[in-house]
Amino acid sequence: MLWRISRRLLAIAAIVVLGGLTSATLVRFAPGFATDEQQLDPRLSAESLQALHQSHESEKKVFLFYAAYLNRAWHGDLGISRSLNRPVSSLLRDRFPVTLRLVAMGLALGWLIALSFALTSALARVTAYRFFAIALSGALLCIPAAVLALLSVVLNTPGYLAIALLVFPKVFTYSRSLLERAYSSPHIVTARAKGLGRLRILCWHVFPVVAPSLVALAGVSVSMAIGAAIPIEALCGVAGVGDLAWQAALARDLPLLVNITILVTVATLLSNSGADVVGHALRAQES
Amino acid sequence: MSATRKLACGILLVVVITALGATWIAPADYATQFREAPSAPPSRHHLLGTDEIGRDRFSRMLYGTRISLLLAPTAALLSTVMAALIGAVAGYLGGFWERLAMGITDLFLSLPWLFLLITVRALLPLNVSPLLSMLVTFLMLGFLGWAASARVLCAAARSLRHSGLLLQARALGLHGARLFAIHVVPTLKPILLAQFWISIPVFILSEANLGILGLGVAEPLPSWGSLLKELEGLTSLGDQPWKLAPLLLLIVVVTSFQVVLSSEEVPA
Repeated sequence: MLWRISRRLLAIAAIVVLGGLTSATLVRFAPGFATDEQQLDPRLSAESLQALHQSHESEKKVFLFYAAYLNRAWHGDLGISRSLNRPVSSLLRDRFPVTLRLVAMGLALGWLIALSFALTSALARVTAYRFFAIALSGALLCIPAAVLALLSVVLNTPGYLAIALLVFPKVFTYSRSLLERAYSSPHIVTARAKGLGRLRILCWHVFPVVAPSLVALAGVSVSMAIGAAIPIEALCGVAGVGDLAWQAALARDLPLLVNITILVTVATLLSNSGADVVGHALRAQES
Repeated sequence: MSATRKLACGILLVVVITALGATWIAPADYATQFREAPSAPPSRHHLLGTDEIGRDRFSRMLYGTRISLLLAPTAALLSTVMAALIGAVAGYLGGFWERLAMGITDLFLSLPWLFLLITVRALLPLNVSPLLSMLVTFLMLGFLGWAASARVLCAAARSLRHSGLLLQARALGLHGARLFAIHVVPTLKPILLAQFWISIPVFILSEANLGILGLGVAEPLPSWGSLLKELEGLTSLGDQPWKLAPLLLLIVVVTSFQVVLSSEEVPA
């Protein structure tokens, strides 16, 4: 187990470093990189313009920039955002909790709705109800995240509801199929025939079977919710990391975008790996 | 074929034919402005009304559907070919190449799809001609969307590598690219087809997301994304409900794709 976790952490570290480098390379070669509005200021002297020009020179050599960035990051300095003129660490410290709250509430609500529908649909087996749940999740599956964000603005609902509605159909579809399969397995049919209570069957026989797959799904849904946070935050006017990423990309802000990419990569990989490790432990316990 | 699947296929066929015939069916060109009737409600002349600069919304929806429905499969084809080249070849070769390809795939999959898409599109040139913006958008979808399919194809090709079929072919003297083209690709064809079909609705939705954020197909060319951008101006759902027509069409088309796919045997 320890060996598995260490190997996974090493893989995560390698992917995070490469992800940051890829992001830095993309920004470096993006059109408009190293142009600064300040350079158009007629009041600036030749020396000031030269100083501005030189401040971008270090960013032009992407490998050198990235090596220096990693070195500084190791010592806790994440650099300064060019577009917002503020330390990246302070920007992330302000914005990260907002996104974390948005994503966590969206995920919690999405999972709650999805599991409620999936469980009642698997237990009740009423065709009309099942059809309604499938139709609702099917319709939501076809609505882009940005439309959900716009509708959330129009209806004046909180942004996390858009994330919940985005997560719900995917979790519902998968968990319903898992639960239905579990409820039709021979040992659960026998348990029901013997008159075991619904709650007891659910807790003792169904959840242990479906838990590893649900945990894996939880990992994937975190990544889904983080991805959806950009359009939702940008359109709903939520000042989180997603909105910051959006601004950083449009302004070709290299230090900011590299840090956000690394942060998102770490969050995604940790959630997936965490789910993987927990799922593995649950499977081992089950067998 | 089930009745639902037949219905879904029928809907898709009708939408595709109507969109392809937009030039003849649409009452006006997508860029024609009726300056005397900006923001007009639906009428006999403008079935879905006009937008704020007087362009016929119904015509724009038809042309936009054509662009989205022609280019999403093109992007899906590109991503499937890339997935085959990277995933299937790596799975077939094994060893270092497989580890390298899966490392790159992991790198792509470690970032959420929407984050990757929006960030990369925002970094590409934004002030370009409408035609170029359309090409950039769909080429980007194709170039970035191969990773998940590559992983599936790599696993399938890996399992084929030690199969009796390939052992016999090797024993008969077939090697390298010839063996790959004659035996591996045809065996992987059902998976390639499934990945291609799965990618189409994903790319349609992705383009819509980009379009709403102003990163998709540039004006005056319409696409589902740019048409949905109009929802920004709504103050309530009951206010100008005809503006929801592109959203309803998008839901119908993507649902039809999902129905067709769910009824099909999709190899994992």
